[in-house]
Amino acid sequence: MNETADKSNDNPEKEIVIVIRKMHKWYGQFHVLKDINLNVERGEKIVICGPSGSGKSTLIRCINRLEEHQDGEIIVDGTELTNDLKNVELVRREVGMVFQHFNLFPHLTVLDNCTLAPIWVRKEPREEAEATAMEYLERVKIPDQANKFPGQLSGGQQQRVAIARSLCMKPRVMLFDEPTSALDPEMIKEVLDVMIELANVGMTMLCVTHEMGFAKTVADRVIFMDEGEIIEQNKPHDFFDSPQHDRTKLFLSQILNH
Amino acid sequence: MEQAAYKPGEHPDLPPPSDTVGPIAWVRANLLSSPTNIVLTVLSIWFLYEIIPATLDWAFLDAAFTGESRDECRAKAGGACWAFIGERFNLFTYGFYPADERWRIDLAFVLLCVALLPVLWDRCPLRKYGLYFACAFPFVAGWLLLGGFGLTPVDTDEFGGFMLTLVIGITGITFSLPIGIILALGRQSDMLIVRVFSIWFIEFFRGVPLITLLFVASTMLNYFLPTGTTFDLLLRVLIMVTLFASAYMAEVIRGGLQALPRGQYEAADSMGLKYWTSMRLIILPQALKISIPGIVNTFIGLYKDTTLVIIIGLLDPLGVGRSSLADTKWTGLSNEMYLFVAIFFFISCFGMSRYSLYLEKKLATGHER
Repeated sequence: MNETADKSNDNPEKEIVIVIRKMHKWYGQFHVLKDINLNVERGEKIVICGPSGSGKSTLIRCINRLEEHQDGEIIVDGTELTNDLKNVELVRREVGMVFQHFNLFPHLTVLDNCTLAPIWVRKEPREEAEATAMEYLERVKIPDQANKFPGQLSGGQQQRVAIARSLCMKPRVMLFDEPTSALDPEMIKEVLDVMIELANVGMTMLCVTHEMGFAKTVADRVIFMDEGEIIEQNKPHDFFDSPQHDRTKLFLSQILNH
Repeated sequence: MEQAAYKPGEHPDLPPPSDTVGPIAWVRANLLSSPTNIVLTVLSIWFLYEIIPATLDWAFLDAAFTGESRDECRAKAGGACWAFIGERFNLFTYGFYPADERWRIDLAFVLLCVALLPVLWDRCPLRKYGLYFACAFPFVAGWLLLGGFGLTPVDTDEFGGFMLTLVIGITGITFSLPIGIILALGRQSDMLIVRVFSIWFIEFFRGVPLITLLFVASTMLNYFLPTGTTFDLLLRVLIMVTLFASAYMAEVIRGGLQALPRGQYEAADSMGLKYWTSMRLIILPQALKISIPGIVNTFIGLYKDTTLVIIIGLLDPLGVGRSSLADTKWTGLSNEMYLFVAIFFFISCFGMSRYSLYLEKKLATGHER
């Protein structure tokens, strides 16, 4: 697998968790993702940015097959994503996802939201699942809300529950799809803090976000996408200080100088 | 500038002004708020004054409760003749079910109440066993009503009255909900054959009047089925009524399914839940909750449509009533008969409607995005 690793992975010792090779995706006639090649190492934190409509959400949604790709291959943790439902389920167990709009289940309590997948997918006994859930709720600092319904919590709290819910499945990779975009400004920090903590314990993370501060502190690599292509990828320091491509420069000037 | 009563940051919570709360304020706001409103209030009071005493007079004060015939009633009082209902009460309730066996219907009804309790009330003691019993109830009730296995067999053409309404209504309600759910899911399925079948099933049964289905059930099926096969008329009616209601139910539930944000499906998928698990635990509980008003609406419609079976000769309460009116002793008392049947239907349907409100309130976790 190492020989396929792209040039930014200069350390051949590292284990590759996600391999995306020559991947294309269309919505009908519309070519949304063009020739995507990306390798993600275990423990790597990647921030994906770009203007809206550039395909960045679609890209990470392809990784757990919420979207189907039509050409090329995506291999997650040794399992290739194909039409085979078994493979898809296998990948989804290992990949957690956090959505822009949280997507908590409003008819279940916070605790039940967190234990549902471990009980029904991983077949854990309820007590064990609840203990794990409480542990993660503690880590996102809301154990006292465990028996409330999602609708009774603030946006920031809901998003932290959503993160805890994903972690309860003990995923090997976490995908974040604009996790702070739907939040009031004073709640963004509490969610970012949880994500930073998660990064510090070595979780493999792919994060679509406009929070450039987060990218600078946490990311190992920043990927810039535009019109369905990966335009540029680099270490955050180089990415922000010396962008190579004109489109990257334009994008950075638009989001940083406002 | 006027001096502020409190320093910034120290303002306490004060009660609202006294003339905006209490019954007098309510009357002023709701009954007398404008000239039009005052006129409407006065008109309504006058209307009630005209209607209520006359109705009470007819139904109670000037009504005859005993008597052997219409003429005896008329001799006693000028209003309603409830003696008619009293004399025919058993017929209205049991139809032509053999008098000696009517205890079986009573028992089935009591067991029905016992079976419904754990289904409708989630804090019922011993609910788990209650639900087992509820599942067994249809068989127990079928045995009690039809007989056999030690009980005298009773033919289904002897079923009638409210008992017939309940048999058709409850069977239809019980089976149309699950069939409707399956059809609604089928209509959204990725599998072409399942989807096409569901769509055509729904469109067919929604597109034809129930009466024609009942006619098909009573007469035409005989042409289609191989000669010699007969199966019970009531059973055919039950099947038709159930399928008819299922088609409506499917569309109501599809509305609920579509009202759910896509994110709910995606969240369930992204966790690796299998299709039926995510439907059962995540999608359907929410979709059904949204659909409660529509579901109950369909139930009530089905329940009242049971009166249509009169057309193919089954004696539902209206059928019993009309045959009773043909009796020369009681002729001309249709007001009393229709009112009585209406009250029965109203009580059942009002009950369903209230229960659905209770359920909606109970299930509101109140805080959907």
